[in-house]
Amino acid sequence: MSTQDPQSKPKLAKLFRLQWEDVQQNYVLLYPEGMVKLNHSAAEILKRCDGVRDVAGIVADLEATFSAQDLHDDVDDFLREARSLNWIN
Amino acid sequence: MTTAATPAKPAPPLWLLAELTYRCPLHCMFCYNPLNYAENKKELSTAEWVDVMRQARKLGAAQLGFSGGEPLLRDDLEELIAEGHRLGYYTNLITSGVGLTEARIARMKQLGLDHIQLSFQDSTREMNDFLSSTKTFDLKARVAALIKKYDYPMVLNVVLHRFNLDHVAQIIELAMAMGVEYLELANTQYYGWGLLNRAQLMPTREQVVRAEAVVSEYRARIGNQVKILFVVPDYFEERPKACMNGWGSVFLAVGADGIALPCHAARTLPGMTFPNVTEMSLHDIWHNSDAFNRYRGDDWMQEPCRSCDEKARDFGGCRCQAMALTGDAANADPVCSKSPHHQEVKNIVLHNMIKPVSTQQPVIFRTDANSKQFFLG
Repeated sequence: MSTQDPQSKPKLAKLFRLQWEDVQQNYVLLYPEGMVKLNHSAAEILKRCDGVRDVAGIVADLEATFSAQDLHDDVDDFLREARSLNWIN
Repeated sequence: MTTAATPAKPAPPLWLLAELTYRCPLHCMFCYNPLNYAENKKELSTAEWVDVMRQARKLGAAQLGFSGGEPLLRDDLEELIAEGHRLGYYTNLITSGVGLTEARIARMKQLGLDHIQLSFQDSTREMNDFLSSTKTFDLKARVAALIKKYDYPMVLNVVLHRFNLDHVAQIIELAMAMGVEYLELANTQYYGWGLLNRAQLMPTREQVVRAEAVVSEYRARIGNQVKILFVVPDYFEERPKACMNGWGSVFLAVGADGIALPCHAARTLPGMTFPNVTEMSLHDIWHNSDAFNRYRGDDWMQEPCRSCDEKARDFGGCRCQAMALTGDAANADPVCSKSPHHQEVKNIVLHNMIKPVSTQQPVIFRTDANSKQFFLG
């Protein structure tokens, strides 16, 4: 599948916990006996995967928050990657 | 001096492993615990553990494992879980399942326990009960069902060796039937009781090859339904494991008696004094203690590691294994084919293939009585 289903409402999978780590100064995903360090954009996208917003809603919110444009393709790429890693469903 | 891999200030620990007690209802012949564990029955108090957890969190640890021995034997486990959760750790309970009643499992969920790792010794009752020298198979099966009933993520851990490597397919089926998220197939690492019983536990190369093929086949077939982690049997490899991701790099273990360790097995290294959390702050232990700095970076390395272009990838392997097999912890882990001692590892593997099991020494189970022989003389 080359793009997300536009109707889908990505939600962080139950297995993972997204959390700010003060010492590391970055967000991490915590899961059984493991941890992934997230870069800034990955964390901002995942924070919005609340199962309420669809992909367009996530993109719109990011563009508004960061005064950015044309984020759709980057967000879409990341969500596909995140889904393949089971981070979101 | 090479400074590239020796930062002035070490990165923070990410993992705190709290080995709450060395008491255990199981007697597994491959346990990595120290042989003389029964020598020192002193355990940190609840307040001391809470203090350790607070200090480690402040240092940067985000993962907290409650292990042992059997952590459920501590009556204050629930209190420690609650504090770990409050501090913002991801909390892991690493257990045999013995003592995990429905009441406790429900209470731990309320208190914020994030995940349970349950050990099985085999997919069959007979082998599970033989290897652990207990009758625990049925109990473990009930506990596995309870863990899923209360909606915990679950890792099923099975230590692999000669006696159960041929059951890998059945073990994967068991994990699928239980509905676990992760299956950790951990080929025996030869430390503590595992090293003592190495002659019995060492599989043949054919067994290892067959098991790897089974794992690959299941991975292709079941995808992410159960994520299978296969801890390689490193005696059969040509390059060493990146043990602990480097000494004093991310992992901090604290033993039941308060001894702080850069790896589970480090107590076996002679000539080293490991600091105790009751005498030194965790900050000092992590940053300034001789024990944690001894094998950090690469200044300590000898040849062939020192000039090796792979040293930043595997850190020269495992210090405890280098000690056990070559007599010098600063040597290259002899699993590495570049080690002048590598042939000795190959001989151990070969020797076990040609020697019939019946002529080997009897299995020595991890019991208090056996442990006492290692310090009473």
